[in-house]
Amino acid sequence: MTAASNGFSVIGKPLAKPDAVSKVTGRAVYADDMLPARTLHCRILRSPHPHARITSIDTSAARRMPGVVAVITGADLPIKFGILPVTQDERALEHEKVRYVGDPIAAVAATEEEIAASACDAISVEYEVLEPVMSIDEALAETKDERIQDYGGPNNIHKLVALEFGDVDGGFDKADHTREDVFFFQGNTHLPMEQHSAIATYVDEKVTLWSSTQVVHYVHRALAKVLEMPMNRIRVIGAAHGGGFGGKTDPFAHEIIVCKLAMLTGRPVKCTLTREEVFYAHRGRHPVLMWVRTGVTRDGRITAMHFRSALDGGAYGSYGVASTFYTGALQTVTYDIPAYRFEGCRVFTNKPPCGPKRGHGTPQPRFAIELHLEKIAHEIGIDPVDMKRRNFVKPMTRTVNWLRVTSCGLEECTDRVMKASGFQGREKKPGHGMGFAISSYLSGAGTAIYWNDMPHSEVQIKVDRGGVTVYCGAMDIGQGSDAVLAAVVAEELGLQPKDVRLVTADTDTTPIDLGSYSSRVTFMAGNAAVEAGRKMRAMLVEAAAAKMGRDASDVRVGDGRIGDFSFEEASILAEARYGTLTSAGSYKPPKIAGPYKGSGVGPSPAYSYSACVVDLDADARTGLVHVNKVWIAHDVGRAINPLLVEGQVEGSIYMGLGEALMEEQTFRKGLHKWPSMLEYKSPTFLDMPDVETFIVETVDPEGPYGAKEAGQGPLLPVIPAVSSAVFDALGVWVDEIPVTPEKVIEALRRKEKGEPARFGPSRFPAIPYPECIKVEPPPKKEVDLAASAAI
Amino acid sequence: MKNEVARRVDRQVVALQVNGERTELLLPVHKTLLEVLREDMQLTGTKHGCELGECGTCTVLVDGKPELSCLVLPLQVEGRAITTVEGLAAGSELHPLQQAFAELGAAQCGYCTPGILLASKSLLETNQHPTRDEIREALAGNLCRCTGYVKILDAVELAAERML
Repeated sequence: MTAASNGFSVIGKPLAKPDAVSKVTGRAVYADDMLPARTLHCRILRSPHPHARITSIDTSAARRMPGVVAVITGADLPIKFGILPVTQDERALEHEKVRYVGDPIAAVAATEEEIAASACDAISVEYEVLEPVMSIDEALAETKDERIQDYGGPNNIHKLVALEFGDVDGGFDKADHTREDVFFFQGNTHLPMEQHSAIATYVDEKVTLWSSTQVVHYVHRALAKVLEMPMNRIRVIGAAHGGGFGGKTDPFAHEIIVCKLAMLTGRPVKCTLTREEVFYAHRGRHPVLMWVRTGVTRDGRITAMHFRSALDGGAYGSYGVASTFYTGALQTVTYDIPAYRFEGCRVFTNKPPCGPKRGHGTPQPRFAIELHLEKIAHEIGIDPVDMKRRNFVKPMTRTVNWLRVTSCGLEECTDRVMKASGFQGREKKPGHGMGFAISSYLSGAGTAIYWNDMPHSEVQIKVDRGGVTVYCGAMDIGQGSDAVLAAVVAEELGLQPKDVRLVTADTDTTPIDLGSYSSRVTFMAGNAAVEAGRKMRAMLVEAAAAKMGRDASDVRVGDGRIGDFSFEEASILAEARYGTLTSAGSYKPPKIAGPYKGSGVGPSPAYSYSACVVDLDADARTGLVHVNKVWIAHDVGRAINPLLVEGQVEGSIYMGLGEALMEEQTFRKGLHKWPSMLEYKSPTFLDMPDVETFIVETVDPEGPYGAKEAGQGPLLPVIPAVSSAVFDALGVWVDEIPVTPEKVIEALRRKEKGEPARFGPSRFPAIPYPECIKVEPPPKKEVDLAASAAI
Repeated sequence: MKNEVARRVDRQVVALQVNGERTELLLPVHKTLLEVLREDMQLTGTKHGCELGECGTCTVLVDGKPELSCLVLPLQVEGRAITTVEGLAAGSELHPLQQAFAELGAAQCGYCTPGILLASKSLLETNQHPTRDEIREALAGNLCRCTGYVKILDAVELAAERML
């Protein structure tokens, strides 16, 4: 294959994924597909109460049932774990207190799944039922029985954050116009097609776990802690993955339980959650109530912003502290906000814990600030697109909260969707509307979840008689991280991706990668692969040059050849010269966090940018919204594989539309209102509009070949663009997600009665935020990349 | 979240014709076709998303028509031609639908893919030139959370073109 117009031979080509054939033939092995000889099946007894003390657990009847091999309770796994070091508040099995319907209490391993389920029914648990706390308001109020968790506070507050950057009061003084708004974003869940599943074996005093997880490393850490075993006796392997979207990023109870049961029984033990259990396992989008006040000059320039959030966290910490910071961190990465105050609060409630879902903590504030700025534009009589553009951040600048922006394609993204959609010249027709919004997202978090100074991603390459194997801990969850690794190494070695074998997501055989979350894999594993690839290439080139009697710089690499030799011949020369041919590369993000507590959430080595226009029809009689088309432009830095980038963008739009219009994770008396795939509405083939995707390439100075993320950012602008388009169509604001027909109709009814033409929350509660930590903005706005070498 | 109590299990010999191969199995009468394919026949290409007939993931073909294998008992389909994803390719040569899905990135996590491939195969057998809306209609019972459906529609169209 000859070099493409971009100068690369693999990078930038729309190639099929390395695992495409195994996926379309049914040969990919997902965790639940595994059934080694003598496998026992595990089921988990879960709490029927949202909040209760456990007074006794009697498993004797279950243990007597034929086919039951082991029964365990919290006494067998008493050590607490949790994804964040500061919130180690979960137990694999709870024996003291349950905090949501679905909290695991006991587990059974039996010869058949049905027997395990019946044995769970035979376990008798006595409870002292406590008053449940089911909303943000209840969590802020005086505790009735007892607090859900024994940390945090006052009452059921988990976390309070208060930060101020620059002179906010002075900024508001300078404003010609200020406005306040309140928004609410209902929680929703990931709904992966594959239910969580894990299977463990215990052989030669070593535990091996295959799991549907996004992060083998974090599961590995949690297992070592709870099982009290050194990490070198535990192996975690990522099975083929049936969809994550953030929902399989925490270590889960069932993963720990099957390991414990495998150790007790000496047999493989498998646990696959039912769909109902998946709804309760959750860790999805936080419901967030938001208040925002912004000051602007007469010509629409932002002078100051004050943003408050209140997150309904559910019963445990999960990623919640990070989620809380994320509701405040990225506002400044799209708009140049010279002074910014953020006050955030997460509360505990007796519901399944919330955590990270695609966009982690940022779709909610993105929805709020996009609509809020649009309302300001309408009030001061400036076109909302023009006003937003006036405030766009510029490339190579530092934000007031110290976030480093490098490449930034906001202008170009906006130009592309404006031109294609005809947004600004659109004809106004009642019932038809168009909406516009922008967004930004991280290409991986700049700091690790647990503090350490090690690389975030590592890649090893082995070349052996012409065969190339790449080892990396990255977990392909369908997004194509394996394709990125194969493309990068193939590019560097002058091969094609099919020439490269991959070994990934196995804690025994692959070096670390922190996993598929935070949109980090292309950027971080990609950079590690570039480094490892270049080192290997140098050895092959040196060996070939020596044989050719030429200078290394004269040796051309490409088309499966190294200079005068085939790749295989060159690898034999190199192996003869150097011995075993291995190379390694690693990636550590630059140290760019600001000098304040809480600065670890928000920094990323690069931010992606998106702009989106949604075209829809909204029916004033029924409130039904039908999306006709979505235009989206996404600044991915460089598309390593444009086919996969498009796939990520299209999937993000789909998921954004689901959240915008129908998906809700809500509860009645502690029970999920619709824990089934029929009743939890998600978009079908019939609901998905046509999509026009524009890939914008700004070539980031630090990304691998300039690449940034694509998996999460494009979801973010879709949601506000939908609500904005509904306003365009019907003249009413729906300030609450999802935009359901009931809310549209209610807003229209209020408009008719002469009340404010909106549906949404009317107030933001009084929250005992501490005094703001005042942070000086960075001394200069321009970014200096000298500290970090560009690739 | 109560489970059924343990009960006596009736078993019966059932002869199933799957992907052209006839197999006799002694099966508990209440076991679904989905469970039998996956657990008794090791045909794990057929996936499950809900086991309640809601998501389309477990779709197989019975005499060429899509059926949700989680709602079918083996006794109901005895002697009928059952096709699973393992029966789509001719040896190692992919079916045009499989080829198109692989080429166009229509399978991301790949978990819904077997069911969608089979529903698409059934569509193309009765309608060789489906419009995009007809494809949408035919696949409306199959959920996918990764792709936004766009690349799947593209792939079915490409396969239809190639199969003419």
